[in-house]
Amino acid sequence: MPFEKIVFYLFAAILVYAATRVITVRNPVHAALHLVLAFFTSAGLWILLEAEFLAITLVLVYVGAVMVLFLFVVMMLDINTAPIREGFIKYLPVGLTVAGLMILEMYLVVQSKYFDAERMPAPVPKGADYSNTRELGGVLYTDYVYPFEIAAVILLVAIIAAIALTMRKRPETRFQNPAEQVKVQRNSRVRLVKMEAEPKD
Amino acid sequence: MVLADFLILGAVLFGLSVAGIFLNRKNVIILMMAIELMLLAVNMNFIAFAHFLGDTAGQVFVFFILTVAAAEAAIGLAILVVLFRNRRTINVDDLDTMKG
Repeated sequence: MPFEKIVFYLFAAILVYAATRVITVRNPVHAALHLVLAFFTSAGLWILLEAEFLAITLVLVYVGAVMVLFLFVVMMLDINTAPIREGFIKYLPVGLTVAGLMILEMYLVVQSKYFDAERMPAPVPKGADYSNTRELGGVLYTDYVYPFEIAAVILLVAIIAAIALTMRKRPETRFQNPAEQVKVQRNSRVRLVKMEAEPKD
Repeated sequence: MVLADFLILGAVLFGLSVAGIFLNRKNVIILMMAIELMLLAVNMNFIAFAHFLGDTAGQVFVFFILTVAAAEAAIGLAILVVLFRNRRTINVDDLDTMKG
């Protein structure tokens, strides 16, 4: 059995295990940590598919930013998991049925003769001087530069929306009013008092 | 490995996340994690096709999916925080004020 096949089956097994734990575990923190494991193993599989840039992006963006945000929110909210878990057993048969049917249908489609080794042979492995980042950047900044800018705008909208949603005015916090500061006059700061000189005792 | 191996792995991931949406339908956080898993399964298929067809466009599409997913997670969690601040719960059954 070639090395790549061993790596693929090992990582696929870990990925399926992690995904199963994400949906069945009781504690949301454990679910988030298993999701981190799933992202890491997926990054390994993507490196196997010669998508190095996206694999590193998955680790950096997902594990480094999104999952940390998830963990932050999960730990910040004081959630009572007991009432949330009710109905787990009740929906277990229908959930497994739907999932099993979907997997079976996709298996029947995918396992057909159109995706086997003859129609879709594995491409020749790229040389050591091949740079996935260079190729992806070359395409991204020429053919896809307009979608790239739209993606940037989407991220900006996400930033503004997240801040605008969660920002609240607390009455006890003190903040400056720039308009009041600008229009201040000399009279409101300094008061000159004319008085007689006091006699020395 | 052939292309079908990766496609079946993506199908299994997608099925597991659909089952997760059914099982954890009370907990919004686990629901969002299941959606992230679904996007991961879709990305797996895109990258497998991009590799076996020798076309970089699939990887570019995965790049945009990652961008949109990050924005979605940020806004979704922000909504969740505001929701918890107002209602003190994230149970889906308690969120029925718009039912009329």
